[in-house]
Amino acid sequence: MTVTTIGSSRVHVDAEGFLTDYDEWTEDLARLLAAQIGIELTSAHLRVLRFLRADYAEQGETATLRRVSTQAGIPVKELFTLFPGKPAKKMAYIAGLPKPVGCV
Amino acid sequence: MTTTETATAIVPDFGDDAPTGRKLAIICSKGNLDMAYPGLILANAALGEGVEVDLFFTFWGFDMITKSRMSDLKFTMLGNTATHMPQGLGGLPGMTAMATHQMRKQIHDVGVPDVPEFLDQIVDSGGHLWACRLSAEMMHLDENDLYDRVEGIISAADFIEKTAGAQLLFI
Repeated sequence: MTVTTIGSSRVHVDAEGFLTDYDEWTEDLARLLAAQIGIELTSAHLRVLRFLRADYAEQGETATLRRVSTQAGIPVKELFTLFPGKPAKKMAYIAGLPKPVGCV
Repeated sequence: MTTTETATAIVPDFGDDAPTGRKLAIICSKGNLDMAYPGLILANAALGEGVEVDLFFTFWGFDMITKSRMSDLKFTMLGNTATHMPQGLGGLPGMTAMATHQMRKQIHDVGVPDVPEFLDQIVDSGGHLWACRLSAEMMHLDENDLYDRVEGIISAADFIEKTAGAQLLFI
């Protein structure tokens, strides 16, 4: 187990840097995580992150892009714009959740 | 469990610093419900990983992008030993309809969309859809008959040219 300091928070992370403790995440921390991968959080990003956090608490796994689009009503196209390149993994990282395991 | 302290934060590598320019070309040649999905699922997965994806629909795969058929692909037990049912059963009247209904339900239950909606998601994710010119001519179909997010009807040679350097999947 690895403990690292991001900003003023000490958090548990896995080998890749994803947070491993759901309760250590805050929106302020998310801004720092996002900045580390070149993303400046806006209210549009936060809407996605809040959905991911709430959905994870209910489902026990990280939502896929399709789930975010169908359940939160945020179009897939927008997710690719907000989190370019590898949107599902970037969203999960900033939301302090594990990478999604679902295929679709 | 031992705990390691790291001074500097570990940042996942999302590949943004060294884009690989990875490309995937998928040729969809089958029109059965069960054989439509592998290409769609792999295309979707690749797009989510930042890979550029082009899909080429040819021969029976044309059904996947033909407006009148794309919502009505079928699954048959005939010739498919993986159902582990007597082959004779598959030929009985109504069996293909029943097997199709069952498979649609299974696909729906795992949260996977129907073919038209899946194609929509692929295009929204940046994927490109191409129709095979020879298939269009053989089946007397033109742009008006095809799903409207197909970018064009092109020859096999055009597709090969467009996907230079891509990894290729033939399904």
